[in-house]
Amino acid sequence: MQAFLKGGTSSFASKPSKETASSSGRSQTKKKPTPWVEKYRPRSVNDVAHQDEVVAVLKKSLHGGDLPNLLFYGPPGTGKTSTILAIARDLFGDMFRERILELNASDERGINVIRAKVKNFSQLTASGTRPDGRACPPFRIVILDEGGLHDFSCPDACGHACILQAALRRTMEKGSKTTRFCLICNYVTRIIEPITSRCAKFRFKPIIAAVLKERLEAICKAEGVLCDEKALSEIIKISEGDMRKAITLLQSLARLRGSEEIVLSDIVDISGVVPEDVIDNLIRVCHSDSYDKLDSTVQELMAEGHSAVQLLLQLHDKLVEEDKLGDNQKSVIFEKIAVVDKCLMDGADEYLQMMALCTVIMQQICHADK
Amino acid sequence: MSLWVDKYRPTTLQKLDYHKDQAVHLKKLVQCGDFPHLLVYGPSGAGKKTRIMCLLRELYGAGVEKLRIEHQTFTTPSKKKIEISTIASNYHIEVNPSEAGIQDRVIIQELLKTVAQTNQLDTSTQKDFKVIVLTEVDHLTKDAQHALRRTMEKYMATCRVILCCNSTSKVIPAIRSRCLGIRVAAPSVDEICQILQLTCRKEGLTIPREFAKKIATKSDRNLRRALLMCEACKVQQYPFSEDQAVAQADWEVYLRETANMIGQEQSRKRLVEVRARLYELLTHCIPPEVIMRVLLQELVANCDGQLKSEVTQIAAYYEHRLQMGQKAIYHLEAFVAKFMSIYKRFLEEGLEDLF
Ligand SMILES: Nc1ncnc2c1ncn2[C@@H]1O[C@H](COP(=O)(O)OP(=O)(O)OP(=O)(O)O)[C@@H](O)[C@H]1O
Ligand SMILES: [Mg+2]
Repeated sequence: MQAFLKGGTSSFASKPSKETASSSGRSQTKKKPTPWVEKYRPRSVNDVAHQDEVVAVLKKSLHGGDLPNLLFYGPPGTGKTSTILAIARDLFGDMFRERILELNASDERGINVIRAKVKNFSQLTASGTRPDGRACPPFRIVILDEGGLHDFSCPDACGHACILQAALRRTMEKGSKTTRFCLICNYVTRIIEPITSRCAKFRFKPIIAAVLKERLEAICKAEGVLCDEKALSEIIKISEGDMRKAITLLQSLARLRGSEEIVLSDIVDISGVVPEDVIDNLIRVCHSDSYDKLDSTVQELMAEGHSAVQLLLQLHDKLVEEDKLGDNQKSVIFEKIAVVDKCLMDGADEYLQMMALCTVIMQQICHADK
Repeated sequence: MSLWVDKYRPTTLQKLDYHKDQAVHLKKLVQCGDFPHLLVYGPSGAGKKTRIMCLLRELYGAGVEKLRIEHQTFTTPSKKKIEISTIASNYHIEVNPSEAGIQDRVIIQELLKTVAQTNQLDTSTQKDFKVIVLTEVDHLTKDAQHALRRTMEKYMATCRVILCCNSTSKVIPAIRSRCLGIRVAAPSVDEICQILQLTCRKEGLTIPREFAKKIATKSDRNLRRALLMCEACKVQQYPFSEDQAVAQADWEVYLRETANMIGQEQSRKRLVEVRARLYELLTHCIPPEVIMRVLLQELVANCDGQLKSEVTQIAAYYEHRLQMGQKAIYHLEAFVAKFMSIYKRFLEEGLEDLF
């Protein structure tokens, strides 16, 4: 470990301040090959795609030079973190790093540390001018990104989370001339009402296909990547509105192909999508009414390493379209899919859950009324 | 003397025996140095770790093979000490955070922060980042996974994370969104067969094709298990003969016997006996979901179609509760009791039909 950390911090006790670490990280990104998700992260709110509502409101506040407390929520890879970082950049220019405090679980430990940090940070005066003489708003932004917010959320197991939420609430109630909060999460329900009601709430929508396409095409152009039309729409379909996923896939495919064009057949290998014929076969086996066949098919699926979550998704898409099934049958099956999905999230065994689902499908197909 | 599994583990991407296309993909992926975080998933014994090590070797050269095992102590906010072992080279560090149980978040926090904020000074390698390999991430608590989120983005310039797990459904969507998924399927029976023959040749032994096939089939496409079984067979009897018995693990035999006991008699007395045996298995660290899987597979063998589905539903139901709960034994026992009751009903109804 010591050698591994060679040259850097020599022990866990002495930690470099976050400021230096992040700024040195930044100065080097120019020379380093950066993954595209970071390279193409929006620099200004104008670059943020598809979240027009948020952008409109934020731009208005840019004019006024003030910001409400914000709450961003929505699925992964839709621009929440990017948007707050971009607005900070727009507001504060070069000094945006000093004006934001990002709190997340990976940095801070325990309530007292966080409390002290927020307090110190908000007590620093924030001047109304930049070093270059231009005016900028006299406040700072505390970003409670996912992990940090998790501390503020209310899991039953963890006593201090509620204390933290209460502390945050008090701070917000008092209002502050010098601090604005931006809370970011995937599910808004994790945060107590008194806090959410004190924020301007924005839902980040999954990014629609047309917008994804436009972005990906722009990246292809900038990076000199050739991508077949069909392949591009497949990437978009797989990404399900997650721009981060789309960009990551595109970059990986570009690396695989080198200077050659990316084509549809490359995608199945790397996307984690279960091949169509595997799904078809599973449904066929469900028609056979043979438990033993089903058992060996599911075992095979597991040995192939297919993700159960992905299987659920694709089974669902397939069965929705299935004409041979009646509405009653479909509703029983989809209800079971929902139950299985929840169980998987809770950590249940993939084989057992898939068997439980498939026996229901088999039962419905072979023995139930439409 | 090391075991065959370790002795003949391939060390470079080119030398990997199966999924060769994927190996080529991986090689191209890391060549540019701007590859994303990876989430490597697949069943156990499929060779995920071997593949990761080959990838690291491709990145950093032979230096990654100089490994040190170290014990580190972390302190939780409540001043509790947690000890955890890490395996590290100058370029990467491998940790299984779930060793720390519910305190895994502390490990993630401390380790990632320290590593990520340390710039690599050894410029000779021409790599600007280090790699953190986290194993068994499907066992990470949600808290720990949330702790990973922003860190993975923030320190991307100085570190890449390779996550390794069996089941991606336990990894939160936000983490999945941050990684490129790499699926490592288990090798096929034929592929295992070939590897067994190859390994034996390297050891200067001959193995009949049929016998290799027998082991491969018994291994459930788990290459590690196949190699271990093969080596055990060699100790038992060499030269190999085709009808030689393939030794099964003791716990497997014991578990099958337990399933038989449930099928033979459904009574309170039997339930108590079965409970003691399940306890025995658990204390030998056989994972409860494995116990449930094997019990289900053995028990449905004596059921008819309708009953098979019913038993499957209850197995899934109790295994889910087991994952949510504290003590596995309660839920395993509940499953057995439930099975006994419906199986008894089934037998009685069958008898009534006779008359
Ligand atoms: N609306 C968007 N416009 C442009 N790029 C985007 C947008 N959303 C996401 N991206 C791309 O995806 C990457 C990840 O986005 P970001 O970090 O903002 O996601 P997030 O919403 O915070 O997700 P998470 O909930 O997982 O934290 C960005 O670096 C950027 O490249
Ligand atoms: Mg984010």
